[in-house]
Amino acid sequence: MTAAVEQIAGRSLWQDALRRLRRNRAAVMALAVIAVIALLSIVGPWAAPHPYDTLNYDYIAIAPNLAHGFFLGTDAVGRDLFVRILYGVRISLMVALAATTVSLTIGIVYGAVAGYVGGRIDEAMMRFVDVLYSLPFMFFVIILMVVFGRNIILMFLALGAVEWLTMARIVRGQAMSLKNREFIEAAVAAGARTPTIIRRHIIPNLLGPVVVYVTLTIPQVILVESFLSFLGLGVQEPLTSLGVLISEGADEMETAPWMLIFPAATLAALLFSFNFLGDGVRDALDPKDR
Amino acid sequence: MSIASLAIRRLFTAVPTLFIIITAAFFMMRAAPGGPFDSERALLPEIEANIKAAYDLDKPLVDQYFIYLKRVVRGDFGPSYKFKDFTVNELIATGFPTSLKLGGAAIILALALGVSLGTAAALRQNSLTDHVVMTAAMTGIAVPNFVMAPLMALIFGIYLKVLPVAGWEEGTIKDMVLPVIALTLPYTAYIARLTRGSMIEVLHTNYVRTARAKGLPERRIILRHALPAAILPVVSFLGPATAGIITGSVVIEQIFQAPGIGRYFVQGALNRDYTLVMGVVIFYAALIMLFNLIVDLVYALLDPRVRYK
Repeated sequence: MTAAVEQIAGRSLWQDALRRLRRNRAAVMALAVIAVIALLSIVGPWAAPHPYDTLNYDYIAIAPNLAHGFFLGTDAVGRDLFVRILYGVRISLMVALAATTVSLTIGIVYGAVAGYVGGRIDEAMMRFVDVLYSLPFMFFVIILMVVFGRNIILMFLALGAVEWLTMARIVRGQAMSLKNREFIEAAVAAGARTPTIIRRHIIPNLLGPVVVYVTLTIPQVILVESFLSFLGLGVQEPLTSLGVLISEGADEMETAPWMLIFPAATLAALLFSFNFLGDGVRDALDPKDR
Repeated sequence: MSIASLAIRRLFTAVPTLFIIITAAFFMMRAAPGGPFDSERALLPEIEANIKAAYDLDKPLVDQYFIYLKRVVRGDFGPSYKFKDFTVNELIATGFPTSLKLGGAAIILALALGVSLGTAAALRQNSLTDHVVMTAAMTGIAVPNFVMAPLMALIFGIYLKVLPVAGWEEGTIKDMVLPVIALTLPYTAYIARLTRGSMIEVLHTNYVRTARAKGLPERRIILRHALPAAILPVVSFLGPATAGIITGSVVIEQIFQAPGIGRYFVQGALNRDYTLVMGVVIFYAALIMLFNLIVDLVYALLDPRVRYK
């Protein structure tokens, strides 16, 4: 009897979503690309024949050269570009992780409180978000970087603190609409207890849009970090980031185009993959699509 | 609610927002360790005191704040700390025409191109046109402008030699092509996607079906009936798009060495030129808010539902 019931109960929302995601070829490819790049950035620097900060004066700005172990060439002071790109990817992924976590935490707490409490408090809280929305935030991040020196941890926090606004709006809207939905009413009528309703109905439905937005926030954050570093306001020497590498490459592109092309291609591949994955996750979790 | 009262209401929220921006920018800048006059060479204490007095830096912080606030209300951002003999106003006035030319061209191009491409894709849903436009749009969105710009300069400037790599002699069309394309691409792409999505939705509404049933020519159905409704999400995207294009112009001006405000801003940020950075931020914020206001009013004009709510 119980087995039969379970069979009818079937797949959960997440299993369903996973199946749909697996069938989306672009998203699976994107996930594979991200996995390969991430793995390379973790393992690569150990295995590579050159450290990221050694200046090789005999090999200044040479083109990709397998014989000497410079797989992607060297930069203007003879540092191995391959390892430097991997370090840049590390920074990008770290920023993505840290800033997204910050924005997720602030956004969910803020949005859920506004949505559940409702009324005047909700109005005041969302008005505040509206005001913040109209600020040119990139400029405030730049001021922060100017003021407190170009500190990586601070940059993580600043980026996260900038990106939480949309998350708060999404969570609030979700929380508000969920309170009055028919399937919640149906669950109540069927005699489900409140914790069960929250666990089985509220949280999965709240998490869907949040997960979608998280996958779309990650490329956003990576982009902003590279942007700041490109301008010279982000990560500092001898550490590097994809933005710094692209900016250095742009200066040398006439004589050493690989210095521009490889970091640019890496950043583009990362952003592309995260965007495709985000789209795939959205399609997989959107119930309207079923 | 009439358009006028909507405008007045929005203006009332704009003033406190601007005030918050000025205050935040001021105190963040003053919290900075190290001043704009720190240099390699130590100055004599008397000279340093004189310089500080000349810029009111010897007064208490709160007094400095009110002095600054009073000046800004009169539209005076004070002298630049690093570009000696120039006021921030003068620097903004020198850079603005270039930035406006680049940004204006980028916005207009994004709108014209984005809406037409999006409509074309929506009309031939799942056709080759649709797939090509949407793939191109994805590229435009995913590849940031500071990657696209040097790559384009490499291809068109160095390999093909058809356009200048960088530089801005008199702001000729040739100088403008690459920066404007780099600036506009992500927004053209996004607008194309927005238009496609909403156009597909609008084409399935009852009033479009009615128009078809009346036997109107397809052209008229699209242009007069579907487009005004389909364009609404694009109109509300124009606010964030302006902000984005202004931010983007900072890096594009840097790459192509166009003498706009963005370049002064980056210079100022790297040099700790506090007054210049604050002046540009406040100027940009005011500009973005003004544009947002215009967008809201246009939206209210286009969508009667907003007015009678």
